[in-house]
Amino acid sequence: MAAVKHIEFIVAAYAAAVVVVAFLIAWVMVDYRGLRRTLADLDRRGITRRTEPARPEPAGEQA
Amino acid sequence: MALADLANPSRFLSLADRTIPWLGGLTVLAFAYGIDQAMLAPDDYQQGATVKIMFLHVPSAWLGMLGWGLMSVAALGTLVWRHPLADVAAKAAAPIGAAFTLLCLVTGSLWGRPEWGTYWVWDARLTSELVLFLLYLAVIAVWRTVEDPSRAARAAAILTLVGAIDLPIIKFSVEWWNTLHQGASVFRLGGSTIYSTILIPLLIMAVAFTLLFFTLHLAAMRNEILRRRVRTLRLMQASTAS
Repeated sequence: MAAVKHIEFIVAAYAAAVVVVAFLIAWVMVDYRGLRRTLADLDRRGITRRTEPARPEPAGEQA
Repeated sequence: MALADLANPSRFLSLADRTIPWLGGLTVLAFAYGIDQAMLAPDDYQQGATVKIMFLHVPSAWLGMLGWGLMSVAALGTLVWRHPLADVAAKAAAPIGAAFTLLCLVTGSLWGRPEWGTYWVWDARLTSELVLFLLYLAVIAVWRTVEDPSRAARAAAILTLVGAIDLPIIKFSVEWWNTLHQGASVFRLGGSTIYSTILIPLLIMAVAFTLLFFTLHLAAMRNEILRRRVRTLRLMQASTAS
């Protein structure tokens, strides 16, 4: 099988694409989990968007 | 569901939660088919196998411009219509657009070395694309440095609309100036100059990249809404404590 000319440039380009796409996916996923954790922590401490004191049962989020 | 209904962040979050897994699955399928077709595509008669870099480079370039176009519409939404989710959409799109513009520059550089004999040349297309990347960094810097989200949104919106001037410059740079970069070959009057065995895999990859962009954008918008919720709660906590 003949060697592909300039294969190193093709491999480097696809590797760059994998790195960029993996970074973007990891960024949104890690960010989402961190925010959900923070919101759950605030909710546990009774800090909710409701004006009345926090109730023991989990409150639904409101806009 | 009307656009106005999505102004309610809770309704938007619910829609995003339901849509993201489907969009993600569709993106994976599109990439699987696109990469398969790209690898099966024949070599170009002049460029040989390096034409396979085009399947990454061209969609990245389109998405870099699409990202800024989307941010420009969102900027109008912030400044004119004051839609509550407009600045959320703009802020979420900036890092994604920047990443695709960077990928376009990197893959273009790796394609240029074997074809042109150089990684970089200051021709109009390459320079205007680099300007787009720097504009993305500037908008991200505005969002990061201005603490109040509504003030940051207005500043970023103005910068975005000013920066939108770069989009037609990128598009027509190969016609207005004598550039090393080739002219338009996919969307042009008189039809594409690319043969179907290479054009079809390119279009499939473009669809896959576009689906990825919108999946990431929806997820990033969801994150931004949650981040603002956290900020509001922390402000409430601070005002209660003081």
